[in-house]
Amino acid sequence: MKRVIGVLVENKFGVLAHVSGLFSARGFNIASLAVGETEDPTVSRITIVVEGDERTLEQIKKQLNKLIDVIKIFDLTNKDFIDRELILIKVKITAKNRRDVIKIIETVGGVVSNVNSETLTVEAAGDQNKINTLIELLRPFGIKEIVRTGRIAVAVEGKKK
Amino acid sequence: MTKLSGAKILIESLKKEKVDIMFGYPGGSVLPIFDVLYDAPIKFVLTRHEQGAAHAADGYARVTGRPGVCIATSGPGATNLVTGIATAYMDSVPLVAITGQVKTFLIGNDAFQEADVTGITRPITKHNYLVKDVRDLARIIKEAFHIASTGRPGPVVIDIPVDVQLHETEFHYPKEADIRGYKPTYAGHIGQIKRAAKAINASRRPIIYAGGGIIISAASNELYEFATKANIPITTTMLGLGGFPETHKLSLGMLGMHGTVYANHAIMDSDLIIAVGARFDDRVTGKVDEFAPHAKVIHIDIDPSSVSKNIKVHIPIVGDAKSVLQELNKLVGKVDTKEWLAKIETWKKKGPLTFKDDDKLRPQYVVKEIYEATKGEAIITTEVGQNQMWAAQFYTYTKPRTFLSSGGLGTMGYGFPAAIGAQMGMPDKIVFDIAGDGSIQMNIQELATAVNNKLPVKVAIMSNCYLGMVRQWQELFYKRRYSYTHLEGCPDFVKIAESYGAAGIRVTKKKDVRPAIEKALAINKPVFLDFRVEEEENVFPMVPAGQAINRMIGGMA
Repeated sequence: MKRVIGVLVENKFGVLAHVSGLFSARGFNIASLAVGETEDPTVSRITIVVEGDERTLEQIKKQLNKLIDVIKIFDLTNKDFIDRELILIKVKITAKNRRDVIKIIETVGGVVSNVNSETLTVEAAGDQNKINTLIELLRPFGIKEIVRTGRIAVAVEGKKK
Repeated sequence: MTKLSGAKILIESLKKEKVDIMFGYPGGSVLPIFDVLYDAPIKFVLTRHEQGAAHAADGYARVTGRPGVCIATSGPGATNLVTGIATAYMDSVPLVAITGQVKTFLIGNDAFQEADVTGITRPITKHNYLVKDVRDLARIIKEAFHIASTGRPGPVVIDIPVDVQLHETEFHYPKEADIRGYKPTYAGHIGQIKRAAKAINASRRPIIYAGGGIIISAASNELYEFATKANIPITTTMLGLGGFPETHKLSLGMLGMHGTVYANHAIMDSDLIIAVGARFDDRVTGKVDEFAPHAKVIHIDIDPSSVSKNIKVHIPIVGDAKSVLQELNKLVGKVDTKEWLAKIETWKKKGPLTFKDDDKLRPQYVVKEIYEATKGEAIITTEVGQNQMWAAQFYTYTKPRTFLSSGGLGTMGYGFPAAIGAQMGMPDKIVFDIAGDGSIQMNIQELATAVNNKLPVKVAIMSNCYLGMVRQWQELFYKRRYSYTHLEGCPDFVKIAESYGAAGIRVTKKKDVRPAIEKALAINKPVFLDFRVEEEENVFPMVPAGQAINRMIGGMA
């Protein structure tokens, strides 16, 4: 099961290595990780998506809490949260299918950021459903490159939607 | 305000932390610090290897309860500290390790004697710092001592580049460390404590399982009150030895792989385990799936990550052992354990802790004689392996901070430098390192440190010319194929001791054991006692790795 964990940390060098070290030391692959400053510039927020069993993740959460530079952690997995990811996809195109590709992108809500005679680069931001749909729809045309930021997530107050 | 160099700020800060002794070894990247140390009012103990410095600081910390401080230069100096730091980390010992680092602008350039010390020590420290600006130094030292000595204690590394040691700034030492991500919980949740008391009062076959946390939080008196008030038998982990007097009738001694038969049977048959400051290590639980099948578990620990890590806990209480036991003592009454204690008594009779006490020179006998000769008042340090287990089994511990051993990491070479640190911390006590001929050779160079500092530490070497514990496993589980465990070329330890200016005594006969110990105790300098013991003696009882802990070799007849 994919777990989404938000971690508030001191905005200092070495902190990310401490956090990621807890996962690597246990042989856990991090599916995605995104870091950025928060409303308080001395604090950064890390969003980690990781696959793993309940028991080990429970232990990792406790270990994260033990790190001196970790201020707070949020396990969003079983909570209502909004998550977003930004993706850039470079698709092979031909003069014949260019229109179809653009149509798909528009339908899903992506934006064409660059286009030439051979490739088209699309950017899209959204939840995993949207991102995955876009990838699947573009796959038949031939995807040359995918670059993803990793998910960021925030818990919603009250009920979702 | 006058400005001070980073090196001076370090020493001034250490003085503010009331550090009066440091262990270490100089080198190129700590020259500014050593220049200040030259006339500082801090006793500096020059070891002969940085690993010795780390273990000595650890030994000092374990006997005094105050953070031990060690220092080494960059690169190899720092990496030599690593084993000592990892040892302290596994056993929750407060340690502040200061390392020199290459100049700030050279970091990451593969400079001479450069190593990424914060990177290397990340998984074996409670926290670590690379000081890049001298203006942060005083605050970092304040934080380091705070982190090392509070909550679940542990080592903290401060890596200081040599240019930062020379840069100057105004010196303000903060009164308090304020770290928003670090607020250890001391008081236990009162609702949980009430639930625990209820479970205790309703139990019929309870057992207290106490660990090193009792010693660290100075909770032996509270533990004693708890056990005796509720009339509950108690077993300790190896690091918990001395937390409860083993001379008391409720004491079952140590449990686990080489624990007593009755402690292991009692915990397996119990209906309630009250774990205090212990972490259900694999050497204690044996096969986890078969561990204590009928027992509810109360777990009192200051470290939330220790709770429900290996064993499912029914009533977790996160907090300091001392404060939680104080609260618990108000709520528990005398539990009806009459039948239970009677049953344990039969196990004690059927499976006492014993050895073949014949005419031969056996290591267990040596340990017993050390106990008798020191009237149980010595501080015992150990190396790792058979010597460690015999020291744990056959010396009777009654007071906290009298048994120093590398429990978690199992570091050979720990005992002798730890004895040096312990003797520095407790100059009036007898300090005895119980060693093996393999382990002692891992830090034997510290003889020079002991001699130079006129420390009367005694080392009882159980010489069997084997890496005894590994040989025992090979004997029992690898068809006696003694692959590289025979330590051929065992040196003459008497001559080694004498060459350093210490004393050496060789003992080959049982009848000479006690006189030799008495003689050693009367010599006011370090003494190596070279006991030529039975070569293939084994440590029993023993739970084979991965078995349930009541399935013991050398268990009940």
